Formats: sequence, structure tokens, C-alpha cells
Amino acid sequence: MSETVTMPKLGFDMQEGTLVRWVKAEGETVNKGEVLAEIETDKATVEVESSYSGVVARHLVSKGDVVPVGTPIAIIAQPGEKVEEAAAQGKAPEEAPAPGGRRPPAAGGEGQSAAERPDRAVQSPAARQTEKEQAEAAKKPVEEISASEEAAQEGDGRLKASPLARRIAREQGVDLRTVKGSGPGGRIIRSDVESAARQPAAAPVPAAAPQPTAAPAAVPLPPAPVWSGAAAVPQDEVIKMNRLRSAIGRRMTESKQQIPHFYVSHSIKMEKVMELRGQLNAFLPDNQKLTVNDFVLKAAALALREFRNLNSTVRGDEIVRHGHINIGVAVAVEGGLLTVVVRDADQKPLRLISQEVREMAGRVRSGKVRTEDIEGSTFSTSNLGMFDVEEFIAIINPPETAILAIASAKQVPVVEDGQLKVGTRMTATISADHRVTDGVEAAKFMQALAAYLEEPMRLLL
Amino acid sequence: MARITMREAISQALWEEMERDEKVFILGEEVGVWGGTYAVTRGFYDHFGGERVLDTPIAEAGIIGAAIGAAITGTRPVAELMTINFAFAAMDHIVNEAAKLHYMFGGQMVLPIVIRAVGGGGRQLGATHSQTPDAVFAHFPGLRVVAPGTPADAKGMLKAAIRCDDPVLFIEHATLYQMRGEVPEGDYVVPLGKSKVQREGSDVTIVTYSKMLELSLKAADQLAQAGISAEIVDLRSLRPLDMGPVIESFKKTNHAVIVEEGWKSYGVGAEVMARIYEEAFDYADAPVKRVAQDEVPLPYNRTLEQMALPQVEDIIAAVKEVLNV
Repeated sequence: MSETVTMPKLGFDMQEGTLVRWVKAEGETVNKGEVLAEIETDKATVEVESSYSGVVARHLVSKGDVVPVGTPIAIIAQPGEKVEEAAAQGKAPEEAPAPGGRRPPAAGGEGQSAAERPDRAVQSPAARQTEKEQAEAAKKPVEEISASEEAAQEGDGRLKASPLARRIAREQGVDLRTVKGSGPGGRIIRSDVESAARQPAAAPVPAAAPQPTAAPAAVPLPPAPVWSGAAAVPQDEVIKMNRLRSAIGRRMTESKQQIPHFYVSHSIKMEKVMELRGQLNAFLPDNQKLTVNDFVLKAAALALREFRNLNSTVRGDEIVRHGHINIGVAVAVEGGLLTVVVRDADQKPLRLISQEVREMAGRVRSGKVRTEDIEGSTFSTSNLGMFDVEEFIAIINPPETAILAIASAKQVPVVEDGQLKVGTRMTATISADHRVTDGVEAAKFMQALAAYLEEPMRLLL
Repeated sequence: MARITMREAISQALWEEMERDEKVFILGEEVGVWGGTYAVTRGFYDHFGGERVLDTPIAEAGIIGAAIGAAITGTRPVAELMTINFAFAAMDHIVNEAAKLHYMFGGQMVLPIVIRAVGGGGRQLGATHSQTPDAVFAHFPGLRVVAPGTPADAKGMLKAAIRCDDPVLFIEHATLYQMRGEVPEGDYVVPLGKSKVQREGSDVTIVTYSKMLELSLKAADQLAQAGISAEIVDLRSLRPLDMGPVIESFKKTNHAVIVEEGWKSYGVGAEVMARIYEEAFDYADAPVKRVAQDEVPLPYNRTLEQMALPQVEDIIAAVKEVLNV
């Protein structure tokens, strides 16, 4: 008579185990005390020793299966016993009708095979079963049958799948019992497994979650997550655009449609700015501390002196190069943004630039902005540095010709003189109007900008 | 490269080998003055003379027995059997002597014998003259069995067979003599025991040889029109059997149909199928299927004969069944 090996309880709180590896293959001889398989619990991988001597008639779980403690995992046939018979008695959960397919015969009917009752697999069929046992046995699989499933199972509960399909399922971790076969007689073939592997979520899942107390043979794997519809969601909301939003939309659309933008990025070394800013801020009260942006504004303003095309306006077939260098600074407000203007920024000391921006931004945010705060800019900047931005590009603010997008100054690995070092870099990107200027000029402007920021003492002169 | 018939290709190989090696000689029924039942040796008698082109009595056991004796003395006989069905009359000499002497006498002698035998059905020659017992002979270790399906292979493999020191049963299909194909001129030798992909494809592997190669190629053409890409592996040699290209192809297509003219039971298809499952089980996406002759003595009646023999439609149907389309 054959013996059944079950998933052992290898710890006080062990509920289930994963079959990591079969050490003894089907058909191999095993002696009591020899390692049969390796099991993984929550804590460790453990070797399972056979409590019986004989021949491994059948593995009831496959490599990778997770089954509850007590689930039969193998049938050991006694020496001399026909392996096939023993195996037939111990038909596996894998091949039993477990999650779906065939309904068991009615209680009292003949052929209540052990396939449906792995927990009693060691018994010879029918002979030992009382009516009560049969009734119980008949009940269990019923609970576990999913109506939605049409697994490719034959009358004997064996799963019909081509060897190739089985191999692919094994390799890709597809549970064949959840796959519908399209081959002859419902055989699962390669394409079935491959499509199942492509959409794992679409695999049929038992409608009802298995009971934790259900027969261990039921579901070797924990149930797949089931999408049962979204929880309560807010209704769609319709918001009327306010005047600011409309204005931004109109101007940006106009700009992007009418101005042929092009973009040039430059990675600027910021170590010295950071150092100088630290030194200067040591002498300034908290409400007057300089920001990185202040340095960038000053540097941009000085660079624009040399690149007057970028500080201009297109008027018909003329380009108006502005004498004043008025730097716009985009400031975020509720529902939009405004550009405040630092006039003649090239002539103002850093500390004054900083102060003006701070004051104007404050007024913008408190809704007390003045007209002169937001008019007359000749070149704009947009800084998203505080949001940990790698780089970005901005849309030109008409009637200007260029805008500078300033990303975060970050510590990054850099190579200098063949040595890998930690450096501080900030990527700035200029968007420019190709009607007025070209790539080379924009690139040279960026070089000039970088030169100021890389030697920031010049900004103090 | 000349486009010649298989008859001419075989004749060319024989002629060239006899010119090349004077130890090569021909014996058989009507091979000399008459020029061969299938006219393969026409002109040989006049050119090589009666000592190298021997007409024999109608006694197959005698033909093969004489060939064995001659081979032991150091010659390279090419014995012609009018049909392979008459090989049964020489069965003891073929499988018990030719196939075993080298082994049983510890390699003291070699038996470089070629037995050319005409095989196959389809010519209304009746049940006893139309058989395809290739598998019977391929069963015996010590005997090489080859059955080319193209004129080029016929020439190249016959030359290889004549140069081979083992006894070789060289099966020529009766209905392929008129088949034309490109055949390299001069000393063109095709090694024995090498299968060959005769047509590349991706959906299904058709494994076949000899006359059935012709039918399989036609089937593949029609299948292509239906959008099915069939790869055809020509075994060419039944022993030794080169499964390499078959397995390689099967691993690619995962589906196979084996087409043979002989009966299915215990046949070439049975062997090839078993080997596929032994060597590439995990690549099978559907059961392998065989197309073969109906299990009856081949009828004389033309309609019935054709019904019993594998046809192009049978191959197409089998492929579609395997692919489940």
C-alpha cells in the first residue's frame, strides 16, 4: 500500500510552504530518512525527509507551488507495489479537478476516486469508503469549483496540455488549470499558454475567495488579486477657466504656434555659486538670504548685454533690440503663473535683485501685485529647481525672443581631468525664436551664462 | 549543371565510378545486353564488356551471394535487383551474410556491396511487386539503407555508396526515374547518413523521403497558398538515420507530419516519431501524425491502388489536423 507525504509543519506559525525542488524524481527509490524535497517557508529553505521507504510514485505538487501545511505532496509506493497503481490512487491536486472542471460523481456513486480526495489517497478506491465519507468528499470539490472555468480536463481529471505548452507554462509560471485550451478536445497548446502569460490578470480566478479552512488540496497558490470594481470615486467636475487661465492658454498657444522655438541645453558647474552663496548668506538675515535663482538672474542679465538678439522683440520685418535688460521671473500662483519683472537687472546688485523678486513674488501671492511688477520684461526665466527637476523647456513669453528654463542644481558624478568626482550641476535650457536668432548664438549665450555662474565673483563686481 | 532525369543521374554515377575504379562491376538480371529493366545500364555492356557487366540467372539469392563472395575477394560489386520485392528471395544473404560478416569475422574483410533495388508502388504491378519494405531492411544493423528523392541525391549518394566499404541497399523508386532535376556534373558525392532540409518553413515539419518527397513538396506549395509554411526534411538515408535536422526543425515548428509510402505499422514514421518524442518531447505542441499506405496489400486496380497510396491531399489534411486549422 502506498503512503502519502504531506507538506510538513516546520514551525509554530507555518501556514504554507513552497515546494522549491524535488530531490527525488518520480520513479526514484527513496529510503526512510532520505531527503525527498526542499521546502521554503517564510523563514528558510528546509529539506523534507521521507518518512517512508519505497518508490516515489507521483509528485502531487510542482516546483514553485505554494500549498498549505498538511496538503499531500507526494505518493510513495511500497517496494514491489506497482507504481502506476499507487500513482493512480494518489492523483494529484494538480491533475485532480481541484479548482474547476468536472463535478464529482454523486455521493454513493461508484468511482469516488482518490483523485478527488487526495487526503485519502492512500486508500484503495471505493472499498473503504463509507457513505458518509463519500458525501463529505463529494462536498469539498463542489465548493471549490469555479463556474467560470473550462479547464482542459479529461474525464479522469487529467489536464490536457501539449508537452510544449506544459514546458512554457512551467517556465513562465502559468497555472495551466486557469488556461482554456483551444486545441483538439480542448487541449491546451502553446498559443493558449502564451496568451495567458501575456495577460495574467485576465486568467480566470475562482469567483469566491477560497475559504482558509477549505481542504488543502484546493488552491496551491494564494488567490490572485481580484479587481472587483473601483471604490467610490468623485464625479467628473467642470471648472470654468478664470481670466488668468484663459490668458495663459491664449498666449502660450499663440507663442507655440507662431514662434519657431528651438532649444539649447547646457549643464552648468554650480559648485562656486553654492559656495559663494553660502559665504554671502552667512552675513545676511534670514529674510534676505540670496537664492540660487538670484545668481542666475544676474548672470543671465549680464550675458544678455553681449547677446542683444536674445533680448529683443520681433515687430513685422524688424527686430527691436531692447536697451533695457528687464528679466521676467515666473511666479506660481493659485491656478496659474505670473511673470514679475526685475528691471535693468544687469545693473542691479545681487542683493537688490533678490529683494525685488522676493517683494514682487510676495505681492503676487497675496493678490496685491502692481501693474509695473508684471509688465515690461524683455527676457524671461522659469525656475523649477526647487522641485528636483532634471531639466525642462519653457515656452517663449511673447513679445520676447527667449526664455531660460532653470532646473535643479544637483550633486552628480562628474569626470574632471580623467577623475571621477562629485560635482554640482544645473541644467539650463534656453528656448529661442528662430526668426531672430540661431543655434550658435543661443549656445554661445549659454556658454556666457555658464561662465558667469562658474566664476560667480564676477556677479558681485 | 545539367537538368537530367534520375535514370540518367544513376546511370552517370555508375558509369563514372566504373571508369574511376576497375574493381567496380555490375551484376543482375538483364543488366547487360538488354541494358537493364529500367534502362539504367544501357550501353554499359558495349563499353565495359561482359566481364564487368554480368547478366545473371533469375535467382536473387545467387546474385547477392555472388556479390558477397566477389566483395570478399576485393571487388566492389553493384548488384541490381529488378524490384526490392525480390530481395526477400535473397533475404538471408542480405541480412544474415552481407550485414554481419564484417562484424562476425572481427573485421577481417569488408563488404563494399551496393544492392540497387527498385521500390515503391503506383505502377499497377500488383501486390507482390509494389511494396515499400524499406523499414524491414533498415531494421538490421550492419546494412546501410538509402533512398534518394532527387536526381542530384541519386547521383551523389550512389557514388558514395559504391565507395562505401559497408553493404548498402540503394532503393530507387520506380516512378521517379523520369523525374528531372539539376545534377552537378563530374565527381559529385553526397555523404550517406545525412538528412537534408529540402524546403524551409516555420509552421510544421514534414519528414519524408524518396517518392514522398515529391508529394510533400507539392503539398507544401498548396499549404503555402493557405498561409501554412511547411518545412520539409528529407531523410535520404534510413540507416544510419540522421535525426539532427528533424529535431532542429521540430524544435522550431513544434508540429510534425511524417510521410512514407510504406505501411504505417512498425514503419519509418513510427521510428521517426519515437525519436522525436525521445529527443524533443517538450517541444511538441500537438501529437505527431503519420501519413502512410493503407494497411492492405497494394491493389492492382488503378483507382484502388491510388486510394491505398498516400496522396498530396492526405498530406495536406494531416498537416491541417496537426495544426488544428
